Formats: sequence, C-alpha cells, structure tokens
Amino acid sequence: MYKIAVLGDRDSIYGFAALGLETFPVSTPEAGAKMLKRLASGEYAVIYITEALQAKLEKEIDAYRSSETPAIIPIPGVAGNTGMGIMNVRKSVEQAVGSDIIFNENR
Amino acid sequence: MATAHVNPTRMELTRLKKKLVVARRGHKLLKDKRDELMRQFLELVRQNKTLREEVEKGILEANKKFVLARAVTTDEVLNVALMAPKQEVYLEIGSRNVMSVDIPVFHYKTKTPDANDIYSYGFAFTSSDLDDSVKYLSDILPDMLKLAEIEKSCQLLAAEIEKTRRRVNALEHVMIPQMEESIKFIVMKLDENERSSQVRLMKVKDMMLEQAHHYSEHDHVYGDVM
Repeated sequence: MYKIAVLGDRDSIYGFAALGLETFPVSTPEAGAKMLKRLASGEYAVIYITEALQAKLEKEIDAYRSSETPAIIPIPGVAGNTGMGIMNVRKSVEQAVGSDIIFNENR
Repeated sequence: MATAHVNPTRMELTRLKKKLVVARRGHKLLKDKRDELMRQFLELVRQNKTLREEVEKGILEANKKFVLARAVTTDEVLNVALMAPKQEVYLEIGSRNVMSVDIPVFHYKTKTPDANDIYSYGFAFTSSDLDDSVKYLSDILPDMLKLAEIEKSCQLLAAEIEKTRRRVNALEHVMIPQMEESIKFIVMKLDENERSSQVRLMKVKDMMLEQAHHYSEHDHVYGDVM
C-alpha cells in the first residue's frame, strides 16, 4: 500500500491535505532535496512537487526518471504556471524521438 | 581498421557468417521493437499533454480560490481547518508490460467512501472559497493520478526507446558493416591463397616434368639436328 506526497512551499500545497494526500511543506531547496530523498526511499509512489521547487531540484529528480517508483510529477504552485511541467514532457519526447515533434507547433 | 585483426581462415569465415545472420535478425527485431515502442509512446505523450493541460487548469482554479480564502481567514483558522484531514488516499501499484517495459498502473483507494469527507472542518468559521478550492482539487484528483501514471510511463518508455534506438543504430551502422567487411576480407584472402597455390602447383608440375623428360635439352638437340 503506497501513499501520495505533495512537496513544495506551504501556500501551494496546503489544500491537498484536505484530500488525504500527505503534504510536506519546505521553504528552501536544500530542505526540499533532503525531503525528496526521504520520501523517495519511503512508501510514496507518487510525489507531486511544485514547479518552482522542481526547477531547483532538477538533478535530484532526474535520478528517479528511470526507476518505476516514485513518479515525481511537477504541478503549478500558487505563484502560477511556469511551464516547467510541460517542459518535462517535452524532455521525454526529445529523449525518445531525438527532436521535439509534439510541442513545436505552439512555438 | 578492424579487419586487420581477423584471421583469414575458413573457420573464422563460418563463424562470422553465422554472427552476421544473428546480427541481421537482431537488428530487424530491435527495429520492430523500436517502431512499436514509438507508436505507443506518441499515443501516451499526446494523452499526457492534454491531461497535463487539464490538471494545470484545475490547480490554477483551486489556487485562485485558495488565495481568496487565505485573504479573508486568518492563518490560525486556516491551519486549524486543514490540520486533521478526515480523508486519506492510498495507492496500489500494478504494472503493465509494454514491449518489455514495465509501466505502472495506479489504483487508488480512499479511506472513507463518503465524498464529503474532504471537508475536514466545520463550515462556520471558514470562507466558502476554501470549500471551493478543496472541491476543485478533489475533482481533479483522479486526473492527477492518471497524469502521474501516464507521465511516469512516458519517462520509462522514453528511456527504453533511447536505449533501443542506440542498439539499432550500433547494429546497423557499425556491427553489420564491420562484419560484412571482415567477411569480404577473408573471402578475398582465401581466394588469393588458392590462386597462389594453384600457380605454385603448376610451376612445380612444370619443374617435375622438366626433370623427368628433359624437354629443354631435347629441344636443344633437335634444334642442332635440324
């Protein structure tokens, strides 16, 4: 039985607590990296992470790209959508196809 | 060049020919695998894109409401309201095999079956915006989980496609041409050897006939007579 974690700044993730997801508010990237490591080695299969934090922890997150769990999914924070989430999908496409063929129409 | 290290023997030739057949078959299989993976991947990635757009829109709406709720309620009240959630979400992970890539399938379960259990507070002291915010989030939760599943699948497939593509290219552009060249080299060398031994034999035969019959001396003698 796995659980779902939400990681990011407090304002962005607080609402998820009501749904029964576990929220882990962090304020600095260092704390975020530490927390991410703890969550990833634990019982969390899905970790939602705010885009702002994801942008700073790219290296740490990439380490989990090829393992089956956890799935680390960026979500927009309270500060708005930075486009990092869709960038992440674009990265997958580029890795697989060699060039971006899905998203280039909106450039 | 690699061909310089090949022993030009018949044994090596058969070995290489067998290897080439295997390499060709492997190449064809891997190419098929790559094509199929690519088809599945593109399908998934399109789904991923639309789902993500939906989820991001939903979260944006929820966040808007949440900001409003924060504006009219004090931090303490908000903290207390969300401190003890009634609902809990559990995940069970199955897996699906797509062309030898295990991609996750999530089934989620909530602790209580009542959909209204997302409101972990009395409605008296909080803004209705908070209710809206929580409602929006709970509405997109299934989509968010689906997104997590699909996005992870995309990442795993992308990694596998990259690996497969490398293998296909290595076989197609390096291994197979190299083996073909080696085979050609051995065939040429063997042919050359055969020709040279043929010539040697002819020469030896000439010499032996010469020794037995002394043609050149006879020629000389007859020549004298005539």
